[in-house]
Amino acid sequence: MFVPCAGLPPPQLRGCTLTLPAVSVGNVGQLAVDLIISTLKMVKVGYFHTDCLVPMAGSDPYADLGANSKLSINAEVYLLPDKKLAVLQIRSPLIKNKAKSFRQALISWIKRSEFAQVILLSSSHAYQRDDQQLLGTPFRYLLTPAMQSCAGNAMHELHWKEMEKVVPYPGVNETEKRIIIPGGGITKSLYSDSCAEGIHMAVLLKFCSEGDNILDAFGLVNYLNEWLQLVDQSSGDSTATSTKWKIPNSWRLLFGSGLPPALF
Amino acid sequence: MATFFGEVVPVFSRAVDDDDEEEEEEVTEENEEDLAIRRELERQREVHVSWNSEISPSVETSNVKRFPCSHFVLAVGHNAAGFLSTYVLNSGRWEVAGSAKVWNERCTKSNPRPGSLSTDSSCVFYRMVSDPTILVCQCTSHVAEDQQFQWCEKVFSCMEKTHLKVTVLSTCPVASYKTTESVFTLPVPFLKALSTMEFTQETSCSRLEQPNIVDGLPAAVLSYCQVWQIPAVLYQCYTDAIKLDSITIDAFRPVLSHQNLCSFSTETSNSEEILKKIVTSEEIQSNLYT
Repeated sequence: MFVPCAGLPPPQLRGCTLTLPAVSVGNVGQLAVDLIISTLKMVKVGYFHTDCLVPMAGSDPYADLGANSKLSINAEVYLLPDKKLAVLQIRSPLIKNKAKSFRQALISWIKRSEFAQVILLSSSHAYQRDDQQLLGTPFRYLLTPAMQSCAGNAMHELHWKEMEKVVPYPGVNETEKRIIIPGGGITKSLYSDSCAEGIHMAVLLKFCSEGDNILDAFGLVNYLNEWLQLVDQSSGDSTATSTKWKIPNSWRLLFGSGLPPALF
Repeated sequence: MATFFGEVVPVFSRAVDDDDEEEEEEVTEENEEDLAIRRELERQREVHVSWNSEISPSVETSNVKRFPCSHFVLAVGHNAAGFLSTYVLNSGRWEVAGSAKVWNERCTKSNPRPGSLSTDSSCVFYRMVSDPTILVCQCTSHVAEDQQFQWCEKVFSCMEKTHLKVTVLSTCPVASYKTTESVFTLPVPFLKALSTMEFTQETSCSRLEQPNIVDGLPAAVLSYCQVWQIPAVLYQCYTDAIKLDSITIDAFRPVLSHQNLCSFSTETSNSEEILKKIVTSEEIQSNLYT
């Protein structure tokens, strides 16, 4: 259920583009969304209050160090009215057996808010790619039939690669092909639901492995930026592209605290 | 995943559980019996909140179905509960107001009987006799991830929230505290505070800095209060003791000076005695050398 922030009127979400992460391998989608919120200085407008996510709370992840920051919780909605961009950040994993009700809550909110389009940022296990997926770029996209008509051409012009259908049981049945997104969490099921509900949805994903996934997040957010042009595209140099995004302060200590000095 | 040498090693992900995906696909083929088992499990895991006979009629008969509450103090875990017993429940007269019962995989006792009210429940509410709008709760049982949201919904649904202030006390291992220094150099135990937007008072200690987060029931309560605009503060004590420990309990003492609590908590002369009693009663006496 969407609840607007204290003292704010319900935000105008109609016609906006909603970007949200799938909690997936390496948390790449979530990290990419963090970069978007932090770089574009998006304003928090509400909460996605649900029993399907593990509760968590902390200080504002985008505030400057030492600032008297506000409380942040597991699912929050941010808005940038100028760009008609809304973002739902999900900060904790789904509770077991609640994936279905979470998807239903999401879909009904998306429909009620009348978003123009939905972009799901996701990732998939790199080690489960088949031979054709090993070639070329690690980025893939998927469009729902409703989205195909309005964004299909754009994808074609960008020379993006569509997510391939693969044989689920190689050697047993080579004719049956399906879309499989291993490690993608609710990506596949939310995509299927959106197809059935006629929602304009694009899934952007990267094949990756668990570890330090900061570079994967930069990759995915740059991939999104090629299409949506959220920040200025600088030269093709990869180091320059990574500096245009602002890393939030909360990304510090991603691998734990400092080491005891007695070690040295 | 197969390694270079051909061994097959399982790949774990911190973000997703692959079992979940398989389950998703199978769920459509699930038969009636599986569904019945699933429903029964869900029913067992429900949170049951019951109020004593004095509160129950006011909850049931009043139009809003709520009882007035000005302060709600929740202690999660044995050390925080021990602090309440020593410094809060020890001053003034308190009566048992109700209890919340949860059953999950960590509960050793048999299933709770819905509707029964007993003080030996692991999550007990007390209210002050002289001011019944002050409610405290000692929650020493584990509330599972899927029960925390429901716990908040059920407990807060009975309270009149217009003048409500919430204080949560909890402990956490210092190893999970993130800082640029080494955690070995930190003076444990120490307190950190986290408050909702509506909480405008000064806290008794410094704020929990990013990227630290809290989880569990304290996080669920804070989230609930943040979303529904209730002033709330969490005092998280980072400690290196896993058991009930008098030093950890004492670490909460700065909270006493806080205006939410000082009106109904006092440090009495026998606090120390009670503290000693609480800590020793929990200790397993060794009979090895006697």
